[in-house]
Amino acid sequence: MDVRVSSLRKEFDRYPALNDVSLSIRSGELIALLGPSGSGKTTLLRLIAGLEQPTAGNIFFGADDASLKTVQERNIGFVFQHYALFRHMTVAENIAFGLTVRPRGLRPQKAEIRRRVADLLEMVHLSGLEKRYPNQLSGGQRQRVALARAMAIEPKVLLLDEPFGALDAKVRKELRRWLRDFHDRTGHTTVFVTHDQEEALELADRVVVMSQGQIEQVGSSDDVYDRPNSPFVFSFIGDSASLPVTVEGETIRFRGEAIGITPSTGDIDAGTLFFRPQDVVLPPPGEPALEGRLSACRRLAGTRIADLDIGPPGAPHHVEIEIPLATTVRTGASLRFRPTRWKIFPHAA
Amino acid sequence: MNGFSASSPRWRLKTPSVLPGFGLTLGFSLAYLTLIILIPLSGLVWRTASLSAPEFLAILADPRTLNALKISFGTALAAALINVVFGCVVTWVIVRYDFPGRRIVDALVDLPFALPTAVAGISLAALYAPNGWIGHILGLAGIKAAFNPTGIVIALVFIGLPFVVRTVQPVMEELDREVEEAAATLGANRLQTIGRILLPGLAPAILTGFALSFARGVGEYGSVIFIAGNIPYVSEIAPLLIVIRLEEFNYAAATAIATIMLCISFAMLLVINLIQTWSRRRYGHGA
Repeated sequence: MDVRVSSLRKEFDRYPALNDVSLSIRSGELIALLGPSGSGKTTLLRLIAGLEQPTAGNIFFGADDASLKTVQERNIGFVFQHYALFRHMTVAENIAFGLTVRPRGLRPQKAEIRRRVADLLEMVHLSGLEKRYPNQLSGGQRQRVALARAMAIEPKVLLLDEPFGALDAKVRKELRRWLRDFHDRTGHTTVFVTHDQEEALELADRVVVMSQGQIEQVGSSDDVYDRPNSPFVFSFIGDSASLPVTVEGETIRFRGEAIGITPSTGDIDAGTLFFRPQDVVLPPPGEPALEGRLSACRRLAGTRIADLDIGPPGAPHHVEIEIPLATTVRTGASLRFRPTRWKIFPHAA
Repeated sequence: MNGFSASSPRWRLKTPSVLPGFGLTLGFSLAYLTLIILIPLSGLVWRTASLSAPEFLAILADPRTLNALKISFGTALAAALINVVFGCVVTWVIVRYDFPGRRIVDALVDLPFALPTAVAGISLAALYAPNGWIGHILGLAGIKAAFNPTGIVIALVFIGLPFVVRTVQPVMEELDREVEEAAATLGANRLQTIGRILLPGLAPAILTGFALSFARGVGEYGSVIFIAGNIPYVSEIAPLLIVIRLEEFNYAAATAIATIMLCISFAMLLVINLIQTWSRRRYGHGA
């Protein structure tokens, strides 16, 4: 089932939480909504689910206008961050809930419900725990019960709100792989919200980067990481450094000095230079380059990170770059480097 | 746990805890409970013991005693049941909706706590008596709402309401909205959500409120006697019968009735408590 959102707007007490958002999700896709808190990602998810009503705009499930339907009618599977399991019900009763509340005519037979619950438990690897109560399960197990419960109603779309947010790092990693597997096997259109970029980049077919109630960029992991289309995306995804620069013809200058790189397009005369810590080289002496004072040097797993202060001593720009492990520089000494991949964005108007 | 029990097989009064003051607080609690509750109640039982068994049974079998007990426990039960329904609705309104005057409604709930019960009884009697405002209207519908057991129930509903509201309120405030939303996404309508999700979650609190309201209703005296009419065998409550026996200087009979009330109340509260423990263990805390 493909999902289309068009010109969606949502205000809470006049404060816009979502501003003119349009997005189309292909059937069977796994989509991540990624953004800092307050970016509107959860609001968008809840609007798709029907847990909130849009101020303006429409939501389509296939050709149907879902905006006209209630939560109950939309037939979506929603997994909450804190699982929202019914704690007075056993695992089996939780999973069966969606089937047992159906009107009498549509409700499956008792034996059929039992069989479906057993299948779902098998699918989430929790067979044998059907008699347990939620408070007798671990966080990861509860999350999987929540997923099985959502899947029981055979939803058209699966929506997950920070599905791994409340779990510890190891379980989170396991469940992440498991969810990818699960998605590939079942082929549901799935949308999940996360503020963890690693999770979004690893798991999703496409990542929707959001900020301040708007979509900044939609694309594959490679797109948003390698070809960010805005300063926000560049600085939000992955590590990055930025410096104010000017462009004069074929040279990019920082504080009037050429830094040894040339612009790809010539229509900018001043802007902010963005680059990633790993995309730098230390040039031989004599070539134009950026120069900074080393304020600290850290060993990080297989690399060495240098913290540099660039520019006037009073108000320096702080930049982090990766340097070869063998490099030995004393704190306070100067270090020259040149970005190998970069992007210049014009200053915000 | 194993290491601990191996090193000290002896039974201990308390398990080691980082919280200080166990001895002090337990001692205080016991002394306090003894002075305030235990000694007066054992005095009651002791006084009753001055009766011989046949005498005691004769008082118990007296139709007037039996009727008074039946009326007391029956009306308290009815009032507590009404309060559970009514109280839950009031709590729902206070907790779930924000409307002008919400705080006033919230404060109104406590009034039965603060008002002298006699004042409540007199005003209720004035209102519900056949010539009162409400009693007049009810009279047109053929309902007599004062000077009979119905009047007693009305007074007890008034007295018991805050117990239900105040015990259910904090639990209802803690209810997780997400759980209701989860039920909705699974296709449950509002009624199913209330019946299958919300009420079971509130059940322990509702039961506590019921128990408190019931217990209060059994012991209530001040407000009831003004509206009850106090007709022996019809609308005479057990506490009033005790006072009547006292005024007849029939102390033995008074304490006998009191002891019976005590036993029944204790048994009922114990059962309610057991049900609560069972439901707590089943549904668990936290989660």
